[in-house]
Amino acid sequence: MVQSLVHVCLAGISAGMFIWLVASGLTLIFGVLRVLNFAHGSFYMLGAYLCYTFLRFAGVDFWLGVLLGPLVVCVVGYFMERFLLRHVYPLELPYQLLLTFAMVLIFDELVKMIWGAGSIGSPTVPGLSGSVSIAGRDFPVYNLFIIAVGPLVALGLWAMLEKMWWGRIIRAAASDREMAAAIGVKVPALYTGVFVFGAWLSALGGALAVPYVGLLTTGMGEAIIIEAFVVVVIGGLGSLKGAFLGALVIGLLTSFGTRFIPTLDMFLTFILMAAVLLWRPQGFFAES
Amino acid sequence: MLVVDKINTYYGISHVLQDVSLQVQAGRAIALLGRNGAGKTTTLRSIMGLTPPRAGSIRFLDDEIRGLPPYDIARMGVSYMPDDLRIFPDLTCRENLEIARRVCKRSGYWTRERVESLFPVLKARRSQKGSSLSGGEKKMLSLGRALMTNPKLVILDEPSEGLAPIVVRTLRETINEIRSHGLTILLADQNLKFCKQVCDYGYILEKGTVVHEGTMEAIWANDDIVKRYLAV
Repeated sequence: MVQSLVHVCLAGISAGMFIWLVASGLTLIFGVLRVLNFAHGSFYMLGAYLCYTFLRFAGVDFWLGVLLGPLVVCVVGYFMERFLLRHVYPLELPYQLLLTFAMVLIFDELVKMIWGAGSIGSPTVPGLSGSVSIAGRDFPVYNLFIIAVGPLVALGLWAMLEKMWWGRIIRAAASDREMAAAIGVKVPALYTGVFVFGAWLSALGGALAVPYVGLLTTGMGEAIIIEAFVVVVIGGLGSLKGAFLGALVIGLLTSFGTRFIPTLDMFLTFILMAAVLLWRPQGFFAES
Repeated sequence: MLVVDKINTYYGISHVLQDVSLQVQAGRAIALLGRNGAGKTTTLRSIMGLTPPRAGSIRFLDDEIRGLPPYDIARMGVSYMPDDLRIFPDLTCRENLEIARRVCKRSGYWTRERVESLFPVLKARRSQKGSSLSGGEKKMLSLGRALMTNPKLVILDEPSEGLAPIVVRTLRETINEIRSHGLTILLADQNLKFCKQVCDYGYILEKGTVVHEGTMEAIWANDDIVKRYLAV
């Protein structure tokens, strides 16, 4: 029983770390640009497909794929912010959601055109493909690696936002974009930078998910964006701390749900979201 | 230094400023006077590029700045203390000062040390979050932050508002000290006495137009004008 609980926990934490990588970019972009990017899961999907393509067709090493795939997604994110999103900032939220939702459909169709509609089997990572024995049962080394990556990214983000001037400028612009502009912050360039960085975080999650998910499908972007939305609702929009803890909670809840009450599956997640919305609509760590 | 020529500014469809013109010569301190809602803040925001005028011209050091984004105007050497101070709430007191210097990249007389010696309380509060400062401290911080960009022209919106008389006297000395380092000042304030002690020349606004201008002594001495446009 204990053995099983430990493994359900570890599985939940590693699943949660992928949600965290997507949710961190989503919440950072919302905090600064005030845009809810529905297409943020598409960056995850593109990160995965591009990483896979670099491995499969350019024959590069997995780690080089993890580096290159998200970089290509950064270029996609740059064009999306610069030429599409920028024009809807002055409009109301529904227009932004419509535009980014349209982008989800466009990215899905593009992926189907390039890689085909079927699922793609993903490779394993040399060096990290084995398992270790934890509490008397085997656990994949790669999933342990993912459990380490999540907090490292969180630490990096914290250091950037709290300890570096770049991050302090982002925080200043997030709290008061007009005053930031009045002291000389080039707000449009900052927005592009934050959007591209958020896209990179999501794509990094996708690239790292290649050996984890087993199969790449066009639905993977939608699946993770829904979970990421639930996470930011629970954690509070714009809060990175909330996104990290929310991702852990959702990862664990899903893991325990599928293990002990498999019929409920995603139902538990949405029940939790509904409860949070009713009881504490601003989430647990929202900025005031 | 600054020539504002017949600017017209709108909020949505309401026509707030109508053909406002004014001039600020280098080294002087100019006051915008007028009651609440006369258009003082809108004039200052128009110059800073925060609510760009739809018509007219604003020239700063012979460059047309109307239509430029605020960050370009700031980098050209105009800085701004808004009436609601707008301290960055989750940066510390010292970060609020430093950020202006780092972003604007203009060097000159004003350094963090000099600003902190001008306002010693900012040094004492250096690691406190902006949101935790008192109203008076926020005012000093907002003014200090405006100096940190080493501007040529500093725009102050309601500097004396909400300050106790003794603090207003200190502020007067501070502004005179700032002027002695070569800064040009454009301020809007309701306190006529304060404006007379700090500024050389004044413009009186009423319903979005300039209705009177003159030296501060002349305005101060003109009971008719004071009663008509300034008395509450």
